[in-house]
Amino acid sequence: MTAPVIIFFVLAALAVLAAVSLILQQHPIHSALSLIVVMVSLAGLYLLMGAEFVAAVQIIVYGGAVMVLFVFVIMLLNAGLEERTNFSKLATFGGIPLALALGGIIAAAIAKSSGHLPPPAASGAMSSTKQLSMLLFSEFVYPFELTSFLILVAILGAIVLAQREN
Amino acid sequence: MNEFLAKYAFLIVPIIKVAILVFAVLTIDAYLTWLERKVIAHIQARWGPHRVGPHGLLQPLADGIKFILKEDPMPSGVDKIGYFLAPFLTLTLAITSLSVIPFGPDIKPFGYVTNFGIADVNISLLVLFAITALGVYGVALAGWASNNKYSLLGGLRSSAQMISYELALTLSVVGVLLIAGDFSLKHIVEHQDNGSLGLLGWNLFGFSKDGAGCTQIIGFVCFFIAAIAETNRVPFDLPEAESELVAGFHTEYASMKFAMFFIGEYTSMIAVSCLATILFFGGWLSPFPASWTLTHFIPSIILIPFGLWVIFDGIRYETIFGRILLPGVGAVMTAMGVAFFLFPGVTEVIQGPFWFFAKVFAFLFFYIWMRGTLPRFRYDQLMDFGWKILLPVSIANVVLTSAFLLWRMH
Repeated sequence: MTAPVIIFFVLAALAVLAAVSLILQQHPIHSALSLIVVMVSLAGLYLLMGAEFVAAVQIIVYGGAVMVLFVFVIMLLNAGLEERTNFSKLATFGGIPLALALGGIIAAAIAKSSGHLPPPAASGAMSSTKQLSMLLFSEFVYPFELTSFLILVAILGAIVLAQREN
Repeated sequence: MNEFLAKYAFLIVPIIKVAILVFAVLTIDAYLTWLERKVIAHIQARWGPHRVGPHGLLQPLADGIKFILKEDPMPSGVDKIGYFLAPFLTLTLAITSLSVIPFGPDIKPFGYVTNFGIADVNISLLVLFAITALGVYGVALAGWASNNKYSLLGGLRSSAQMISYELALTLSVVGVLLIAGDFSLKHIVEHQDNGSLGLLGWNLFGFSKDGAGCTQIIGFVCFFIAAIAETNRVPFDLPEAESELVAGFHTEYASMKFAMFFIGEYTSMIAVSCLATILFFGGWLSPFPASWTLTHFIPSIILIPFGLWVIFDGIRYETIFGRILLPGVGAVMTAMGVAFFLFPGVTEVIQGPFWFFAKVFAFLFFYIWMRGTLPRFRYDQLMDFGWKILLPVSIANVVLTSAFLLWRMH
């Protein structure tokens, strides 16, 4: 066991545990806090793969901005404890088999892979940030711009929906 | 033994550096509170702390003892996880943010070359912003978990304020990033090194080493205003507005937990001052051209007379303890000044850190000065200013800087 593998398992276990806690927590704020832990441990995993820029942006955007809004809204609504309901019929007969199937597919994919982690990208002459921006603005420029457009439309939609009440 | 040291130096050196940094930061924080109380007192024509030790110099120590010994009551109905997590989060993140700051050029203690700072990361600026982004949770959680309406309002205000000003903070730095082409704080400083022009090479004026660059005065003003808002200081201290919210998000905290918020706030002030120094004021670079070697004696020229004055002042002090302590401190200062003057090696090493800390001190003083001078914003003014003025201006700065750089390229 080398150091990166140990760190990987610690971070992965943290992410999974926090994700389980996200579902099991009674209070929305605790769920939101668990989600922050998931995001930050994912950032750690990205860092382990040599993608420093993606890791930092993961924390800034998801760990910071997005989750602050979640927490802010929960605090503003002063949401109380969650009310538990029993499993619906759809969850029992549709959800559980589907979840098991998904787990099986992922397990099969992991079992089929060679068992060796791919080596992290060598951070040599060009930093990964530069490589990323090169890719983003040359090869993937249309998907990138389309995504930005989609986000802009979503923001405008939110404003229109909020304005309609007045 | 030597082989062992050489093999594990990568582990031992950072641990020593972390220990030194944490000790130094906590001491500086303590004396920053002393400085703040003294400066504000003198702005308001008062004396400030003057009882504990000569010139109140032992006041931080007394405060520390008070914080540790005070009772720490927990209000009923608090959310335990959030209530305990919040102060730890605030303090830890604030101190962690200092780990990526380069305080000077590389140093060679005992022949082992290492960077003057804890970690030399190639995305240090992004790491800093990531830590700032997480810093909101300390305040928001403290406000929510305390089960107190004033705390909750303080927490809500601070989350809204930090989200609004974080955008301007991040965008105001983009100009510097475009000029330097690098996220590493060390490279950003090195890029501002214009040997023959001195301070004109700083990003604030923009004559960096590869020809005339673009001035970042707009970027600096936006950055500093947004940074004050991010650190919740006057005139943006709405999360803890005493006159409206008792003490805002930390109303229900006492004893050491309150002290942790307090230390966290002062540490983030230091971090922000360091960042402003690095991004816009040339970090550890001297404001004078490299050929003016006489300016290397400026640390001695400041320290020796100041030390002599402290000795002179101390001899006439009212209390006997003061008559012993003050001349002692003055003698140490004078001796340091003489040492910087006499040993050329020491003079060289001291240049970078001296200029860095002088600039950081100037920013910290500015922070205190503003607290003594400006009234607090009203909440709607705060939001209007952040979204309608600061954000558009920082976006305009990005556009102007990129246009200028593009024009220079062709």
